[in-house]
Amino acid sequence: MEVLVFLIPVALALGALGLVAFLWSLRSGQYDDLDGAKWRILNDDDVAAEREPQDNDPT
Amino acid sequence: MTTQTRDWAAFAVPTPDGGCRLELAVEGITCAACIGDIERGIGRMPGIRSARLNYTTRRLAVDWTVDASDPTRIVTTLERLGYRAHPFDPGRRSAEEEAETRRLLRAMAVAGFAAMNVMLFSVSIWAGNATDITGETRDLFHWLSAFIALPAAAYAGQPFFESAGRALRALRTNMDVPISIGIVGTLALSLWQTARGEPEAYFDSAVMLLFFLLLGRFLDQNMRRRTRSVAENVAALRAETAARVAPDGTVREVPLSKVDPGDRVLVRPGERVSVDGVVETGASDIDQSLVTGETNHVGVGPGDRVYAGTLNITGALTVQVTAATEGTLLAEVNRLLEAAAQAKSSYMRLADRVARLYAPVVHTAALATFLGWIALGTDWRHALVIAVSVLIITCPCALALAIPAVQVVASGQLFRRGVLLHAGDAIERLAAADVVAFDKTGTLTLPEPAILDADRIDPAVLAAAGRLALSSRHPLGMALARAARADRPLPSATERPGEGVEAMVDGELEQLGSAQFCGADEWAVAALLARHPEASMVAYRRGNRPPVLFAFDQGLRPDAIDVVADLRAAGLKLEIISGDRPGPVAAIAEKLGIADALAGQHPADKIARLEALHQQGHKVLMVGDGLNDAPALAAAHVSLSPVTAVHLSQASADALFLGNRLRPVYDAIRTARAAKGAMVQNLWIAVIYNVIAVPLAVAGYVTPLIAALAMSGSSIIVTVNALRLRWGDAGAPQPPASQPPIPDRLRRLADAEAA
Repeated sequence: MEVLVFLIPVALALGALGLVAFLWSLRSGQYDDLDGAKWRILNDDDVAAEREPQDNDPT
Repeated sequence: MTTQTRDWAAFAVPTPDGGCRLELAVEGITCAACIGDIERGIGRMPGIRSARLNYTTRRLAVDWTVDASDPTRIVTTLERLGYRAHPFDPGRRSAEEEAETRRLLRAMAVAGFAAMNVMLFSVSIWAGNATDITGETRDLFHWLSAFIALPAAAYAGQPFFESAGRALRALRTNMDVPISIGIVGTLALSLWQTARGEPEAYFDSAVMLLFFLLLGRFLDQNMRRRTRSVAENVAALRAETAARVAPDGTVREVPLSKVDPGDRVLVRPGERVSVDGVVETGASDIDQSLVTGETNHVGVGPGDRVYAGTLNITGALTVQVTAATEGTLLAEVNRLLEAAAQAKSSYMRLADRVARLYAPVVHTAALATFLGWIALGTDWRHALVIAVSVLIITCPCALALAIPAVQVVASGQLFRRGVLLHAGDAIERLAAADVVAFDKTGTLTLPEPAILDADRIDPAVLAAAGRLALSSRHPLGMALARAARADRPLPSATERPGEGVEAMVDGELEQLGSAQFCGADEWAVAALLARHPEASMVAYRRGNRPPVLFAFDQGLRPDAIDVVADLRAAGLKLEIISGDRPGPVAAIAEKLGIADALAGQHPADKIARLEALHQQGHKVLMVGDGLNDAPALAAAHVSLSPVTAVHLSQASADALFLGNRLRPVYDAIRTARAAKGAMVQNLWIAVIYNVIAVPLAVAGYVTPLIAALAMSGSSIIVTVNALRLRWGDAGAPQPPASQPPIPDRLRRLADAEAA
C-alpha cells in the first residue's frame, strides 16, 4: 500500500494538468471558432510567407 | 452608399494598448479559402496588428495602430477582395453574456475534474468495502476527496448559489434553492462523517451533480448565444445606421447610437428611415408597411413626420431627428412593450413551478424524519445523519436534468429546422398554444415584393430589364433584378432619383422606372390595376418600342397555404391581426381560409385582441414582424418573428425563424409539443424515483451504494428519455445559414463591376 503515497499525487497531478490545459485553451480563445478551426489546418500561410515575396501596399 | 461617406471611426473601439479594434459582419464568406484570402489581404496592409476571421459567426475582428491605418481602407480592401463588410454598432453589443458563457465553461471544467478524481477514490472505496480495505486507507481517501470536492464545489457551485440567494432575498424559491441546499448539505454531512471516521461519505454525489447541472446550464446558454449571434449579424447586414448631415454640409454614415435628437440625417431613396423625425427638405413616398402594416405608400413633404423602420421610396429627404418624447410612434410602442413584458413575467416556468411544490415537501419530510427518529429515542446525531440522507436522496438531480436535457435536445432540433430560440422556456409556452395569431405583411406574405404574372412576360425582355434594374436602389427595381436572376449590371446605367434608371445599349436608350418616366399608356396601367388592385408597378422601355409593365405584390410565403392547413389539422385556431387596410387583409384571409381576420389594427388594438383571447382562456402564439407587432409579440403567451423583422420585434419575440417559408411555425409547435411531453414524462420519472427512494431513506436503509446507483440511474433514464426526441429525426433539413439577403449580394456584384 506504500505505492499509494506517490501514485495518488501522480494521478491528481495528471488530472490537474488536463484541467489547466483546458482552462488555458479556453482563455486563448480556441473555442471561439469551432467551425473555422477545421478549415485552418488546410491553410499553409506560414509556408507561403517564406516562398512568395510580399505584395505591395494593396490600396 | 459609398464607403467613403461612412464614418467608420465611429464604429471602432479603442483598445487599452492604444490601438483600435473594429468588428465587422462579413458577407459572402462561402468556403474555407475565404478565411485565408481575407486574413492575408487585410494582414498585409500597413499598421494592421491582427485580422482574425471567425468562420462560425462570420465576423472579422481587426486590430490596428491608430496612426498607421484607418478603417475606411480596411473596408475598401475587403470590398476589393470581393466581400462586403458591415460594422457592428458598438452601443448595442453586450459582452456580458459572452463572459457568463465562459464562466460557466470554466466552472464546468473544474466540476468535471473534481468529479472524475473523486470518483477515482469512491470506486476504490466501494471495491475495498467488498474486499479488505483498512479503516485508515478509507479515511485517507475520504480526506483526499474532501480536499478536492470542497474547493471545487465552492468555485463551480457559484452560479447556483448566487441564483438561489437572489431568489431567497426576493422571498421566492426557484430550482436553485433545493439544488444549493442539497449540495451544501451533502458536503457538510460528508465532512462530518469523514471527521468521525465513518465508512460513508458522499463527496462524489455532490460534485457529480454539480457537473451535470452545469452541463445543462452551459448548453442552454449556448443555445441563446447562437440565436443572438445570428440576429446580430442580420441586424448589421441591414446596416442600422444613419447618414448624419454635419453643420458644414458633409454627410457621414454613423451608428444609430451616435445620433442625437436635433441632428439632421439624410435619407436617400431606397433606404430605410432609421430615426423618428420631421422632414426638413425634400419630398418622397414612404412605405410604412413595416411600421403600421399598411401597404399603400404615403406621400411626405417638409413638415411631415416620418418614423424609424419605414422605407423611403422615391426622393431624398433631410430629416430633423426628434426626441423620443411621448406621443411619437416609437415611444408609444416602447411604452406598450414595457407593460406587455411586465404582464408576461408573471408566467412561471415548469421547473420553477415544480420546485415551488417540491422544496417545501422535501424540507418538511427531512424535518419530520429528524423529529420522528428523536421521538423514537434515537441519538440526535444519528437522527441528523438520517435526515440529511433524506435530503441527499431527494436532491433533485433527475429533476434538475429533466427539463434542461429536453430543452437542449428540442432547441437543437428546432435550430436544424430554422427556428432560433431566445429562451429555453419558450418550448413549454409554444406547446401550450392553442390559437395562432398572424400579422399579415411580412409574416404571411414575403418581406420583399415578388413579380406577378411572371409566365406572361417575354423572358428576353425580363432579362434585359433585370440587368438595368441591377443599377437601381428602388425596392421594386431590386425585386425585378432578383426575379430576372440578373447578375451583370450595365456599366453605362445612371440613376435618376425618384424617376428610374436609364442606360444606352447598342445605340438604344433603355429606361426602367415609373410608368410616367417610360411614357406608358394610361389605359395599360388601368388595365393592370384592374387585374391586380394591390399591385405596385414598374415600366421598362427600349428605344421606341412600347413600354412593358411589370406588376409587383408582396406575395404569400410559398408554403403558407399548406402550413395553415397543417396548423388547423393540429387543432389550432387561426387568426389574422393586421394593421393593413381591410381589402388586402380579406384577400389573404380568403386565400388561406382563415375566417377571423382583423384589419386596421393599431398596436394597442392588437394587444386588446390578445387580451380578449386570453380572457377566453386561450394561449396565443403571435407571429409578427413589424414595429407595430412588437408590443403584441411581447404580450402574447409566446411569439415568433421572421429574421427579417425589425430589431425591436426580434428582441420581443421568443424565437426567430429563418428563410422564406412559413413551415418553421408549424415545426416549432410540433417539436415543442413533443418536447413538452418528454418533460412531463421526465418529471414523473423523477417523482417515481422519489416515491421509492424517500421511504427507504426515511427508514434509514439507504447505503451509499444504493444512493449512488439510484441517483445516477434516474439521471441516465431522464437523459435518455430526452434524447428519444431525436429518434427518427436524422433526415431533418439543415438550417439555412445566415445568408445575406439576395439584393445585397447583387449590389456587391454591381459595385465590383463598376469599380
